Amino acid sequence: MAETDIQAATTAKAAICSRGVTRDFKAGQQTITVLHGIDVDIRAGELTYVVGESGSGKTTLISIMCGILWPTEGEVKVFGTDIYDLSDTELVEFRLNNIGFIFQQYNLIPSIDAANNAAVPLIAQGMDRLEAREKAVAMLEKLNIGNQAGKLPSQLSGGQQQRVAIARALVHEPRLVVCDEPTAALDAASGRRVMDLLREVAVAEDRACIIVTHDNRVFDLADRILVLEDGRITHDGSEMPEGH
Amino acid sequence: MIWIAIRMLTGDAQKFYGLVFGIAFSTLLITQQLTIFVNLIERGASGTYNVSSADVWVMDPVSRTTDVNFPMPSTALDKVRGVTGVEWAVPHLRAGASVRTSEGDLEGVSVIGVDDATLIGLPKRMTVGSPDVLSQPDSVIIDDVGLTRMFEDGRSPIGERLELNDQRAVIRGVADAIPSFTSQVTLYTKYSQALRYVPGTRNRLSFVLVGAEHGVSPEELTRRIEEQTGLRARTRDEFAQDGVDFIIQNTGIPLNFGITVLLGFIVGVAIVGLTFSLFIRDNIKQFGALKAIGVTNGKIRKMVAAQAGLVGLIGYGLGVLGTVFFIWGFSGNPTFKGFYIPWQIPLISMAAVFVILALTGWLALRNVLKTEPASVFR
Repeated sequence: MAETDIQAATTAKAAICSRGVTRDFKAGQQTITVLHGIDVDIRAGELTYVVGESGSGKTTLISIMCGILWPTEGEVKVFGTDIYDLSDTELVEFRLNNIGFIFQQYNLIPSIDAANNAAVPLIAQGMDRLEAREKAVAMLEKLNIGNQAGKLPSQLSGGQQQRVAIARALVHEPRLVVCDEPTAALDAASGRRVMDLLREVAVAEDRACIIVTHDNRVFDLADRILVLEDGRITHDGSEMPEGH
Repeated sequence: MIWIAIRMLTGDAQKFYGLVFGIAFSTLLITQQLTIFVNLIERGASGTYNVSSADVWVMDPVSRTTDVNFPMPSTALDKVRGVTGVEWAVPHLRAGASVRTSEGDLEGVSVIGVDDATLIGLPKRMTVGSPDVLSQPDSVIIDDVGLTRMFEDGRSPIGERLELNDQRAVIRGVADAIPSFTSQVTLYTKYSQALRYVPGTRNRLSFVLVGAEHGVSPEELTRRIEEQTGLRARTRDEFAQDGVDFIIQNTGIPLNFGITVLLGFIVGVAIVGLTFSLFIRDNIKQFGALKAIGVTNGKIRKMVAAQAGLVGLIGYGLGVLGTVFFIWGFSGNPTFKGFYIPWQIPLISMAAVFVILALTGWLALRNVLKTEPASVFR
């Protein structure tokens, strides 16, 4: 796509513009291409799902989109910034200030309580720990687990831990939230509640939320679904295609 | 982030205590062994330190230490007295003998003959009695090693009779002396009495102890004595060092203690390295998540450094404290009498702990820095 196209796409409410994104991995002597020239825009104000079989490249795609994995070719703009043009330090700073992460395994720090876990991005930004904790408690209250703020992750249920992870992803008010299988460890009802919650808190006119999921129980909650097969986008619509 | 790093570490109690134990054990081993080593080899100089009033020791040219000496003719004393700058010079005899106690036990002892008139050659302090007791017939003063070894039952040694090379000796005092390297029992008596107790050849004078005139340095006086008498003269400090050097050169002690210190270091590296690696491995997902969120490698380095610093501080403190308690606990035992921790040794241990933590921290940190943030999505 020409430079003018990507600029136009960026300005039209696009949170992420990826153009010609290719990613190769070396496996011994072989080179495996996981993504084949992906062109896609993720729009702000939408809950976007990336769906596909295991090995289809969806995790690689969101890793590249959020600046934690370099593409072999192509470019990615996040809210207008060509993130792979940034230096390593600038990219880390960019992630810290603009992107919130929700991991499948939550990856909470086991020895600090829920509030401090949720406060990690603010502390990393240099905010005083007690002030950061106050903000984190406020976020936990917004997610209806304010009463669990002083508990260690091991004292919380899976759903509660996921909410702490969501609080951590949102506490510093990032413009992009990236989630990896956020409902994988939850029952259907909890999964739907988490997705509703994400829609409520992570999606706004100037914010985007992109979710990698296998979970067909929550497909109906998406604004947009991208289906990835063998490193190529084979479907882009508001519903899952027939046969999936 | 430092607070988070510390909580990550202390939250994993098993590994935290493992790390602290590793450093504490290593510090204890290094500090305690170096302390014993230094104090033990300084015992090689105890004979010199016990005679604090002598500025210069004069001896036969082949003599090397207070215990390795070759007797001189008694005329050596007059020769030394004739040297300009000598304020006083007194005879000093050191020889081995066997003593039979009233119970019939046989004990090897060191007999030291001090000047009859001035009693120069006696240790400065007495535990029981006073130096004047030597003016009584057949008097000897025993050191506290002898007190412990020959009077284990706790009875008073004063008035006890000994058979010293077929001569009668009566203990009339106990000297507060630094034990010798071999912790041999020492008996002090007058020079004239010592000549009777220790039969030998014509030449019996082991050393001449010399005091320098005011304004004459011991170094200058040794030079003059050597030039004018042909004898060997050493200042007090030089002769003390000779005693230490003799032990270093003629025993396997430095090597053996060196091996133990090295083992302490290796054990420290092994325990701390292994535990630190396990800790990092168990937390690698959390570190990966922090990197993805936006924590720089620089901050991660500071986090690991803070963890290592905390472990080092506590472990080192406990190790040094352990050594202090060890030395304090054994201070009543004559073998450890006068032992102290030279200030350089805690610094050496601190340097060793720093190297252990820097090495193991660096190895552990490599895994964290190598972790791609993207790995948290896998």
